[in-house]
Amino acid sequence: MSFITGVGLTPYGKHEGSSSLDLMRKAAQAALDDAGLKRSDVDGILCGYSTVSPHIMLATVFAEHFGIRPSYAHAVQVGGATGLAMTMLSHHLVASGVCRNVLVVAGENRLTGQSRDASIQALAQVGHPDYEVPLGPTIPAYYGLVANRYMHEYGVTEADLAEFAVLMRAHACTHPGAQFQDPITVADVMASKPVALPLKLLDCCPVSDGGAAFVISRERTGEAGVRIRGCAQAHTHQHVTAAPGLSELGAEISIARAKEATGLAISDVRYAAIYDSFTITLAMLLEDLGLAGRGEAAARVRAGHFSRDGAMPLNTHGGLLSYGHCGVGGAMAHLVETHLQMTGRAASRQVRDASIALLHGDGGVLSSHVSMFLERVR
Amino acid sequence: MSERIADWTKGEQAITYQTCVVCGHIQYFHRAFCAACGAADPREAQASGKGTVYATSLVCRAATPETRAHVPYNILLVDCAEGFRMMAHGEKDLAIGDEVTAGFKPFAGKLVPFFAKKR
Repeated sequence: MSFITGVGLTPYGKHEGSSSLDLMRKAAQAALDDAGLKRSDVDGILCGYSTVSPHIMLATVFAEHFGIRPSYAHAVQVGGATGLAMTMLSHHLVASGVCRNVLVVAGENRLTGQSRDASIQALAQVGHPDYEVPLGPTIPAYYGLVANRYMHEYGVTEADLAEFAVLMRAHACTHPGAQFQDPITVADVMASKPVALPLKLLDCCPVSDGGAAFVISRERTGEAGVRIRGCAQAHTHQHVTAAPGLSELGAEISIARAKEATGLAISDVRYAAIYDSFTITLAMLLEDLGLAGRGEAAARVRAGHFSRDGAMPLNTHGGLLSYGHCGVGGAMAHLVETHLQMTGRAASRQVRDASIALLHGDGGVLSSHVSMFLERVR
Repeated sequence: MSERIADWTKGEQAITYQTCVVCGHIQYFHRAFCAACGAADPREAQASGKGTVYATSLVCRAATPETRAHVPYNILLVDCAEGFRMMAHGEKDLAIGDEVTAGFKPFAGKLVPFFAKKR
């Protein structure tokens, strides 16, 4: 068994003068305080990567900086799926007795530490160095290709995609830590600058500074426990050129494995935390995971299904699209928000029932997937 | 192992692909082995340059000064007649399902495949 015993999250946006290590430390300390644990209680450290300050041994760099000497430590790299992949590994490390308390941490000054062009350029390198990168694609272009095909096959429109940006912004407006706090409309999204068509600026997540951390423990430390019920991964390709057809993508495979591992069904889920690097990412993943029928996710957004008061509240902090995206920490904010919801600490964003949550992360171009079920225990 | 045929990634006006002599698997990214069965020395050949558009994305915001000079440029995934998918550039008005043929154009200091509608 494993429990998420503490979470920590900085506001996302600009943290002028903060390094990646500074942001990691802030989040890590907040997570330890939340768990009621001391540094000496931590015997495992997993961390993500920093594109601003790359290092071949970031976990030990951080452990030294933070002042702990763990018995297990290394970095993990699965793009946007890294946060949930680290959580899955922590679950197994704790359940198998290797560690007692694993600190999972990521943070990056991606917005103020480098130019936006440098960020876009660094990320575009997930493309194939010989067969893709010379063509000048960007991450939005990789997802633009996927969006173009998905819209064609399932009759989804650009206005449909815009609904997801509007929803994430509406949620961000209720979280003081979110990078964007001004409401937007479908018309605003449609009129925003073209980036890689059909994706426009407001279809894309921003570049942010920020940090996030959690503690995964063998034993509960607080009154309300959040247990990792089970999780699974799927990896079908790296490059979009080599991706399988839309009906064979990894999200469907990983959710099937996670359902089998836990005995849970989508009908058991009360809260959803789904990766949303672009509006198309969120639309596709919701449909791949079975949280909406094919081509029907946007209609569910319009009907309020994924709103705070809806049947399946989704990314109530605003997601990557509006809370912000600081690299590995970006999607870890989804888990922090889920934890707050499950423990009744989400303030004005609190949903009625978050007893069972489904989280899903995606890395690369729908390349790497992690699906995870969390369960509240009393 | 047979000599590698030069293609556009090496500056030549050609698109190449490989076919496994054991299992028949077709692959676009060049390797010394078949990614499906592991057999060595897949047979290499030059593609006809004929294909069908699988997806398009018009890039309007580029990340480097070299690529920015070309904005907007249309990035395609093309399903080639020989049975492999490739990324390329193409005419701006191409749509999914269009039948296309490959040519080559300079882009950001390199020669890249550029597809036009079949006439």
